[in-house]
Amino acid sequence: MGNFLQQLINGVTLGSIYGLIAIGYTMVFGIIGMVNFAHGDVFMLSAFIALIFYLALTQMFGVLSLPLAFILVLLGAMVFTGLWNWAIERVAYRPLRGSFRLAPLISAIGMSIFLSNFVQVVQGPRNKPTPPLFTDLIKVEVGGYDVTLSYKQIMIVSVTALLLAGFWFLVQKTSLGRAQRACEQDRKMAALLGVDVNRTISMTFVIGAMLAAVAGTLYMVYYGVVNFADGAAPGLKAFTAAVFGGIGSLQGAVIGGLIIGLVEVFFSAYFSSDYKDVAPYAILIVTLIFMPSGLLGRPEVEKV
Amino acid sequence: MDLRQETGGGLWEALRDAGAAALVTAGLSFPILALRTVENLDNKLELEQRWPLMFGAAMLVFFGRLAARVPGAGVAARWIVFVCAAFAAIYLVIDAWGMDADFPAPELVALAVALAAMVGLWLTAPFAATSALARKQQGARAFLGARSRHMEFAGVFALFAFPLLALWLLGPQGSLKWINNYGVQILIYVMLGWGLNIVVGLAGLLDLGYVAFYAVGAYTYALLSTVFGLSFWICLPLAGLFAAFWGVLLGIPVLRLRGDYLAIVTLGFGEIIRVVLINWTDLTNGYAGISSIPRITFFGIPFIDDDETGFAARFGLEFSPIHRTIFLFYLILCLALLTNAATLRLRRLPIGRAWEALREDEIACRSLGVDTVSTKLTAFALGAMFAGFAGAFFAVRQNFVSPESFTFGESATILAIVVLGGMGSQLGVAAAAVALIGGMEILRELDILKQVFGESFDPAQYRMLVFGLAMVVMMIWKPRGVVSSRAPSIYLRSRAAISGEHVGEGRG
Repeated sequence: MGNFLQQLINGVTLGSIYGLIAIGYTMVFGIIGMVNFAHGDVFMLSAFIALIFYLALTQMFGVLSLPLAFILVLLGAMVFTGLWNWAIERVAYRPLRGSFRLAPLISAIGMSIFLSNFVQVVQGPRNKPTPPLFTDLIKVEVGGYDVTLSYKQIMIVSVTALLLAGFWFLVQKTSLGRAQRACEQDRKMAALLGVDVNRTISMTFVIGAMLAAVAGTLYMVYYGVVNFADGAAPGLKAFTAAVFGGIGSLQGAVIGGLIIGLVEVFFSAYFSSDYKDVAPYAILIVTLIFMPSGLLGRPEVEKV
Repeated sequence: MDLRQETGGGLWEALRDAGAAALVTAGLSFPILALRTVENLDNKLELEQRWPLMFGAAMLVFFGRLAARVPGAGVAARWIVFVCAAFAAIYLVIDAWGMDADFPAPELVALAVALAAMVGLWLTAPFAATSALARKQQGARAFLGARSRHMEFAGVFALFAFPLLALWLLGPQGSLKWINNYGVQILIYVMLGWGLNIVVGLAGLLDLGYVAFYAVGAYTYALLSTVFGLSFWICLPLAGLFAAFWGVLLGIPVLRLRGDYLAIVTLGFGEIIRVVLINWTDLTNGYAGISSIPRITFFGIPFIDDDETGFAARFGLEFSPIHRTIFLFYLILCLALLTNAATLRLRRLPIGRAWEALREDEIACRSLGVDTVSTKLTAFALGAMFAGFAGAFFAVRQNFVSPESFTFGESATILAIVVLGGMGSQLGVAAAAVALIGGMEILRELDILKQVFGESFDPAQYRMLVFGLAMVVMMIWKPRGVVSSRAPSIYLRSRAAISGEHVGEGRG
């Protein structure tokens, strides 16, 4: 029971991070029908940006208060990752709208390879150990088993919840969100009604990247280490989460993220940690075959 | 950088646009390029500041963008400005890393050169004949596209003559590098590229886990030969068969999916295979891999230094390890040519035409009664089979296999070869393999790069960076590949080469 509770806590923490990344996949897919293959690497890039900001703030500017530094890091990572994804969309995806079917996907794969190797070249291939943050723990004994709940985990889950609330408000209540939903339903009609489609798509990429940046910052804090290759596995798991929750559905992405996080943690706790990366892929394949529209997605209608 | 930007607007607009692009570049490079995380002696991270790098990147983009947008200039003049800008940026980088300390103020020199080029641009603008250049390009395309029988024969003959020529010119010692590092290495990738071309280029199925089938082939030979002592010549067809079997096994469930999903599922499959190879230590020996795999034999006659049974003794030659390498070269050459011949034949069969039709428009195919799943499955299985052959060859060449050889990076390299070669074009894929794999080998050996960038400079580090960027640029600039004309697979009276523009996958 105690072990179960512990794994539940770990799974929800990991799941929050996956959920934040999954929103980026699902939003881009909803609006331009493309799997943004480079999103996992944008997430990795954001973790590096967060790390650099943290080091710059503490070492060069001498910011001592941890909460202040954390908030500044979060904001910095969001702004600069947003800029990166904006530029990526402008350079690599926008010229390919209306090109043949595989073109944007291949471009995104190229971008993904470029990003991870770019970070490897400019920041070095070794693991970057980050300074330990929010190290306090809460220990509770449940059924003879010490369940630990770290401040980190509380912080990760609460930051995620807060941001998701803000994000929900943005999509449901602002004119940008309205434009986004309109473009998702019918891009041509939205354009005819005066929605600036290009700008809306750009903003979708920026928002997706900002949420990925939050995930990247939290990931850096949680694991205490970042590496240039860290984008691939979380990216693929988050994509699985988006598909499982129903691609195109925002709530689905969050629910899918939580489920994938829980599955990964429980799988490695009760079965085998060597094969823990295989479990999400298996879920992905099974989902795609048996329920391609996921938990909350709309079934895809093929039109000629 | 898209150099074909429309040239609307005046100089002021061009400057403003270039300035904005430079600002964005500075913003992008501010956190990640200008500040580098380094570990100090206590294993703690510190920041190293490299502002000139950021400045250089911004400057490069400024001039590049200006060259693209400046009004009334010809293509050649644009390129001149762009190249100057590149030089300016490179000088900055060299200066930043303190590699060229005695060069006086490289920024100023570079700026002066770039400005001079700008003036030249204005002077030459009226005379720049864009249409002449376009005509020349068209001629080159027609030349590459028209593949006559003679040229094919000449090419194949040259390939067969290559190792003997190298041996004759350079001797056994000197030619080893050429035959092995260039010849065999490139041909493996040519074969893998052609194999993947069946899946991606002909059937239009984006397979990101192609290396998994390569691994299946390699481990098939490695295990069958070390455990059961089977010879390579028995294992080679088995390796292809097993790989094809895995292709079908993966294909049956996932080929109903749309293109992007298929790409990701195959990527996941490639990872699963690798994870299994690492963790199933009883069978595969995990990370340590399988070593001392039996070497290649000349159809049963080993290449050993032995008076009785060795290859050299039997044929009355003096023993030299180069014989084995030359035999490996011919083996992979034959395997690659087999892949090519099979592809060209298949393309004319109903199944091949169904692949290409499927790639263009799946819904139309289904309405005409093409069984899409089994058609895709054939392409998948055939592509996998050739990867299996190549894998068995890889294992016998290295006499060692480990999961490290079958990473996603390998799949990405093969995909880059197919994409840059122009999906579907056999000649293009071969050319791309030569350029990417051979080019990298050459870069590694160039001493001048080491002199400029310091002893520790290794171009291999930048390999995937360049491949990734090249894939993006290729999609924007020439999505059908450089050799973008194709002879039709089937024709009525005359076999005219048609431009890639017309055989592109269905637009929109």
